[in-house]
Amino acid sequence: MNLTLKVWRQKSGSSRGQFVEYQAKDVIPDMSFLEMLDVVNEGLISGGEDPIVFDSDCREGICGMCSLVINGIAHGGHRGTATCQLHMRHFNDGDTITIEPWRAKAFPIIKDLVVDRSAFDRIIQAGGFVSVSTGGAPDGNAIPIPKEAQELSMDAAACIGCGACVAACKNASAMLFVAAKVSHLGLLPQGKVEKDRRVLRMVAAMDHEGFGGCTVTGSCEAVCPKEISLDFIGLMNREYLGASLKGS
Amino acid sequence: MTLDAKIPSGPLEKKWDRHRLEMKLVNPANKRKFDVIVVGSGLAGASAAASLGELGYNVKCFCFQDSPRRAHSIAAQGGINAAKNYQNDGDSIYRLFYDTIKGGDFRAREANVYRLAQLSVNIIDQCVAQGVPFAREYGGLLANRSFGGAQVSRTFYARGQTGQQLLLGAYQALCRQIGIGKVQMFPRTEMLDVVLVDGQAKGIVVRNLVTGEISSHAADAVVLATGGYGNVFYLSTNARACNVTAIYRAYKKGAAFANPCFTQIHPTCIPVSGDHQSKLTLMSESLRNDGRVWVPKKKGDKRAAHEIAEPERDYYLERKYPSYGNLAPRDISSRAAKEVCDEGRGVGSSGLGVYLDFADAIRRLGEATIRERYGNLFDMYQTITGENAYAMPMRIYPAVHYTMGGLWVDYNLMSNIPGLFVLGEANFSDHGANRLGASALMQGLADGYFILPYTIGQYFAGAKPLKPPASRPEFKKVEEETKARTQQLLSVRGKRTVTSFHRELGKIMWDYCGMARNEAGLKEALRRIPELRREYWHNVNVTGENQELNQALEQAGRVADYMEFAELMCSDALMRRESCGGHFRTEFQTEEGEALRDDANFSFAAAWEYQGPDKPPVLHKEPLAYEEVKMSQRSYK
Repeated sequence: MNLTLKVWRQKSGSSRGQFVEYQAKDVIPDMSFLEMLDVVNEGLISGGEDPIVFDSDCREGICGMCSLVINGIAHGGHRGTATCQLHMRHFNDGDTITIEPWRAKAFPIIKDLVVDRSAFDRIIQAGGFVSVSTGGAPDGNAIPIPKEAQELSMDAAACIGCGACVAACKNASAMLFVAAKVSHLGLLPQGKVEKDRRVLRMVAAMDHEGFGGCTVTGSCEAVCPKEISLDFIGLMNREYLGASLKGS
Repeated sequence: MTLDAKIPSGPLEKKWDRHRLEMKLVNPANKRKFDVIVVGSGLAGASAAASLGELGYNVKCFCFQDSPRRAHSIAAQGGINAAKNYQNDGDSIYRLFYDTIKGGDFRAREANVYRLAQLSVNIIDQCVAQGVPFAREYGGLLANRSFGGAQVSRTFYARGQTGQQLLLGAYQALCRQIGIGKVQMFPRTEMLDVVLVDGQAKGIVVRNLVTGEISSHAADAVVLATGGYGNVFYLSTNARACNVTAIYRAYKKGAAFANPCFTQIHPTCIPVSGDHQSKLTLMSESLRNDGRVWVPKKKGDKRAAHEIAEPERDYYLERKYPSYGNLAPRDISSRAAKEVCDEGRGVGSSGLGVYLDFADAIRRLGEATIRERYGNLFDMYQTITGENAYAMPMRIYPAVHYTMGGLWVDYNLMSNIPGLFVLGEANFSDHGANRLGASALMQGLADGYFILPYTIGQYFAGAKPLKPPASRPEFKKVEEETKARTQQLLSVRGKRTVTSFHRELGKIMWDYCGMARNEAGLKEALRRIPELRREYWHNVNVTGENQELNQALEQAGRVADYMEFAELMCSDALMRRESCGGHFRTEFQTEEGEALRDDANFSFAAAWEYQGPDKPPVLHKEPLAYEEVKMSQRSYK
């Protein structure tokens, strides 16, 4: 099939960007979306043009590096799928596809479709961990953990930190990302010990980075490649309220 | 060059304890005077950087991804081994040690592997304490599954995302240290060379991938945890940017490169769909717990799987290896798949595939149980192939997955260059000629959490902090070399893209240095690689400039190193006139077609020393002395 691409090109963070049109010819349905872009880039390089810059690494939906807004939807709109796992069989011959970077104040554009997501790292640095140093850990079976708690914790821990939740949100809120980490750790006995401190610090870091507020529209959940549930935001709000009242 | 493995004396099970006692310590107040560079933020790098920070060292950690959380360890699916014997099924440290040595086809270092098995139990405890949500039973205790090459259940897992969860544990520990200022993190920064001062590793030269700036960082020691080189084959299960550059540059600075030809071809990957393919996707080996591998008995049988009746199917792993069956080790399973496909019995449109069938397991356990165990893997399979594996068998084919070879290190994980430590997949020491499933995560974390933090102290103890300033001429010289090389790549402006060269190199390696190798083929590869390399430097087209985010340039530098490294791999494969583990020379096989080792002549680690451009490297042999284990021919029948 043949497609028309409208791709956001922007030389650097400080320059003006614009959409540029490209033709993607002889696209095979079994190709992934990024492989389709690879082929377009090969053509651009052969013609002496600068290839379209986009982030990707593992290409199996787990590293969280890929980050494209496709036809207005972060990761392209297939449930539970990151851009790298989106395949061209979902498109039709003759389609026009718009490709943009994540857009959020806290994720400044570096070049073309690549953005700076280090704000997420700084939120984790503020408290997204269990404060244990290497060595001296008790036996792994010393504290039994109910299977249900472990499963729920794992649902939250599955977050790949891609930032689609922020890109999809009209307020560019990072609540789903932060709630996933707060819940992952807070649901386990090992993480409960410092849960108040954690949630207060992480929320403060989130606000400091310039992410917007949450109005619970659920667009984050809809685009999340790991289908992290909106319920975790409720859980975090509860923890945050409790911690604030305790004043810790 | 002298290779002293520095293996402590005494009985095997006492070596590490004794060594820990004998190693000198660095006073806590003095630790903050030492600076350490850690390159890579995967399981090995992140766990090392975090642990060193906790101890009080000043750490600088570098990764080329936009965040340390994205290192390729994250893609490991199946699990991590530990000799906990929670299942009461006869496991022990000794058994894990023996399985790993045997799985590696007796080409790993005994003392290192024993230590790995010992530390495996601490890793699980540490990870649980960090909040890694390992799978649990209803009683709240940790669950296990079994994996290839073992007859006990010792693999701990977090759904099909164990690597992700372990890496996030290490990443969170790292973030804690970054937050309190003990670790300084440099994301989107690629190491391009190591700097030696008076013969010791004292720093690195890096390129900031956003600005293109090339700069130097000095330290008292350099730790490389930069992963493997499977992408020399172009198509592999490795992430796109995984590369050999850091360890290959260290090799060119004098670090010995050991067993480069030992590569692992994983049996359960999704088959290639076309020329556009950019990478291959692994389906976790854990699937072989419940899936049965088969092909039609008849050649060229193009009927759909459900039309082929039981008696017309060949469950070849169960037939050939009755005691291990579908859980035979990776190298053996991969080769068996290649054989049946070479016989013309492969499935799928390309004929390069075998079935992995869950019909029996679904009948026995119900679809819900299979969904609970492997749901995300089945989803992933459907996303990529468009097929529903609950209703029809998966198609799988072997693909390059892991490299057992790497920089030579001694028992302290230090290379032959003083001050240069190498951890995880980047070193060579623990997996011999074949790695067992769920052992890579174990090794990465053992190296980073529990070995390096001790052994680096031994290197520092007694020594005064030596950190030379980055303004020393040694740094300037390497910086200039790096800049010149980058400029050279940009100035060729030829006609072919970097990818087209990489793909051609990968094809040569897959054809001649892949699952089966022989003298004629390796010599052909050694003739063609230098030709391709010459063309590369005259005809590659790298667009753009240095002072910007330039992915073509990043890739060009990595492929340039692969072009040289591929030759080293083939030379090593040609030298090793035996078959062992993943290294299968067609000239050396038993009558049943199994790998035929030659212990009398090849029971050594092959460590290669760089001699200069266009000069053949010199081979050094570290004999593998087995004090405890009796070498035997591996049998999984």
